[in-house]
Amino acid sequence: MYQISLNHYLILSSIIFTIGIFGVFLNRKNLIIILMSIELMLLAVNINFIAFSTHLNLIFGQVFALFVLTVAAAEAAIGLAILVVFFRSRGSIAVEDANSMKG
Amino acid sequence: MLPVFFYLFSIIAIFSAIMVITTKNPVHSVFFLILTFFNSTGLFVLMGAEFLAMLLLVVYVGAVAVLFLFVIMMLNIDFSSLRAGMIKNAPLGLLIGAVLLGEIIFSFIGMKYGISEIPGNELFVKLSEIENTRALGNVIYTDYIYLFQCAGLILLVAMIGAIVLTHRRRENVKKQDAVKQTLRDKSDSIEVSKVEIGKGV
Repeated sequence: MYQISLNHYLILSSIIFTIGIFGVFLNRKNLIIILMSIELMLLAVNINFIAFSTHLNLIFGQVFALFVLTVAAAEAAIGLAILVVFFRSRGSIAVEDANSMKG
Repeated sequence: MLPVFFYLFSIIAIFSAIMVITTKNPVHSVFFLILTFFNSTGLFVLMGAEFLAMLLLVVYVGAVAVLFLFVIMMLNIDFSSLRAGMIKNAPLGLLIGAVLLGEIIFSFIGMKYGISEIPGNELFVKLSEIENTRALGNVIYTDYIYLFQCAGLILLVAMIGAIVLTHRRRENVKKQDAVKQTLRDKSDSIEVSKVEIGKGV
């Protein structure tokens, strides 16, 4: 019988990770889509962790995936807060407007 | 049955992940992000990580995606101007993405992952003996308690940071000041004056 192996999950997660990176390049101006692409990348990382966790029959991959999930949630909250503040001061969310620190 | 569900979930996940980065409307891309998370939840259940699957639903669909939706809908952003230059950036992104994907997939080919390659694996709990949630709870409250507390601390810092960043003190807003109310007494709020008859105050 045809079985789904670890490599299937790894290739799936690498495809999703690459889509996330491609999303950052494609929507270089739109900060919200860039944040969503980062979420996609973290999801791919989680799939990888859990695939190894079940393949090796160890729980610790899932523990680490839990921490990745926590950090991803915190990152989304802080990122969106910075985005709101940025929009209030600049009136746009284009990434190239973030140039006050150029000097 | 397992291969059918794997291919179903993964094809929908990849399709919706592509839609997240290519749709015109950011609200639609949030909905496609939710679809991606639902399908990866299915994959997590297939892999046997039920607790993390439900956690992914609660945290991402319930909190993060709703946060994204709120921000997109509350800010009055002109998204059409942000899409300019998308075609120009696509070839470079495709090139880098293709190279990266090729490298990652080539590194998988011919690889064997075994339990014997991990040092100290006699300490580890076997997953198949107990159910997933119990196995996770057994380690995060004992071996990983400090990391778990650190995760809580990170969430607390993120919450305080988000509040401090977005909070602003606005002018001309009438607000109740409890200290001012209770410190007020008769002497500075009532003035007694003798009014003569027929003259007024």
